[in-house]
Amino acid sequence: MRIGILALQGAFIEHQQMLEELRVTQFLIRNLEDFLQPMDGIILPGGESTAMLKMLYDLEIFEPLKSRILSGFPVFGTCAGLILLAKNVSNDSRRGFQTMDITIKRNAYGRQLSSFKTIGNFESIGHVPMTFIRAPLVESNQVDVQVLAQVDGGIVAVRQGNQLGTTFHPELDDDLRIHQYFLEIVSNYINK
Amino acid sequence: MYNERYQLNKELAQMLKGGVIMDVTNVQQAKIAEEAGAVAVMALERIPADIRAAGGVSRMSDPSLIKAIQAAVSIPVMAKVRIGHFVEAQILEALEIDYIDESEVLSPADDIYHIDKRQFNVPFVCGAKDLGEALRRINEGASMIRTKGEPGTGDIIQAVRHMRLIQSEIRRIQSLSKDELYHLSKDLQAPYDLVLYVHEFGKLPVVNFAAGGVATPADAALMMQLGAEGVFVGSGIFKSGNPKQRAQAIVKAVTNYNNPKILAEISENLGEAMVGINESEIELLMAERGK
Repeated sequence: MRIGILALQGAFIEHQQMLEELRVTQFLIRNLEDFLQPMDGIILPGGESTAMLKMLYDLEIFEPLKSRILSGFPVFGTCAGLILLAKNVSNDSRRGFQTMDITIKRNAYGRQLSSFKTIGNFESIGHVPMTFIRAPLVESNQVDVQVLAQVDGGIVAVRQGNQLGTTFHPELDDDLRIHQYFLEIVSNYINK
Repeated sequence: MYNERYQLNKELAQMLKGGVIMDVTNVQQAKIAEEAGAVAVMALERIPADIRAAGGVSRMSDPSLIKAIQAAVSIPVMAKVRIGHFVEAQILEALEIDYIDESEVLSPADDIYHIDKRQFNVPFVCGAKDLGEALRRINEGASMIRTKGEPGTGDIIQAVRHMRLIQSEIRRIQSLSKDELYHLSKDLQAPYDLVLYVHEFGKLPVVNFAAGGVATPADAALMMQLGAEGVFVGSGIFKSGNPKQRAQAIVKAVTNYNNPKILAEISENLGEAMVGINESEIELLMAERGK
């Protein structure tokens, strides 16, 4: 199994460290050449979605990655990464891959003063630490999107097929189980 | 509670890594910066090159300017306060600024004490020329560090000097034995627990950016190869011939800092870079403000 981590900007090294702890082969994707290497799944990290989106286009990664996600390729987006997957963004005209049938609100809790940590229940895993940094919130989802976690009634983790997304940052805490959850999606995809 | 807030503030800086933070003086520039791929903007009334040219006392920006920029962009908005001016910091906190830069670019308000940043909920970034200075600022509550390259000059030499010095001091600390750290802590005028962290992990406990004098994509990539985790660009963008194109190029240079082929492509036809001033030609060394 080989996982690519989009490394255009943001907290990609933190994801790399999680995968190293899980002893999974991984590599960073900074340009099209990196993207074309063989891989079985891709992680879209936290950071600024506007900056990542701009570079996805400039570096000509956007279209090939989008068609791969549409064909069922496993993808895991955290925070900005999930914004990139969302079909709709309620408070911004910019759109990413639009591959997941959710509407998301950017900076839903407010500015940095409203960033917070909590512990929440994650479907089939149990209680996990959750760190929200200027986080978005999933406002609505289509029926084939499974809700995996909620905090105070708001949706913070979702899955649609092989696409997994969290509005918080599992890569910032030391609990590996959400990454393991993604790796199971990847395993099933490889074995199909 | 303070510890959790401090952790969150360090983590916001982690989200900015691999990115470019741009100085902007109005809404239009802020939008250009965001569209070019900036990860945050620094709201200022005047960019450093103009502060330097104007002389006189420079202070925190007008809150109305900061609010207008906050309303115009979705990325984090930072703003500067004078060294030691904790009331300017209180004002910025009331505006819910995303990051405060306690900056030598403005005229210092206090020649002994920096702001006690632990009293605040909003995060602070501070400049440092060497490891001792970086650890002192972190001890005061800074959750992000940047070099103190000479602002508004377009001359990279000081940022390079600071980054090289910090990196070599880190490597040296790593090689020391544990019982030597007590003495080193005294030499560095920095707390022992932070010195111990550097010894064990071989890095600062917070994110470290380059700032001061970055004018070209090559400058930005140079700082990244020297160990910066991201780059502040002040006068380099909006004092150049084609700000939009230069901003985009510097953003790409920070991502692909290790790829000379891509660097060559993006360095083409950028128009005129900002007119630089050599280190030896300037009378006011801002980096000497605050120790």
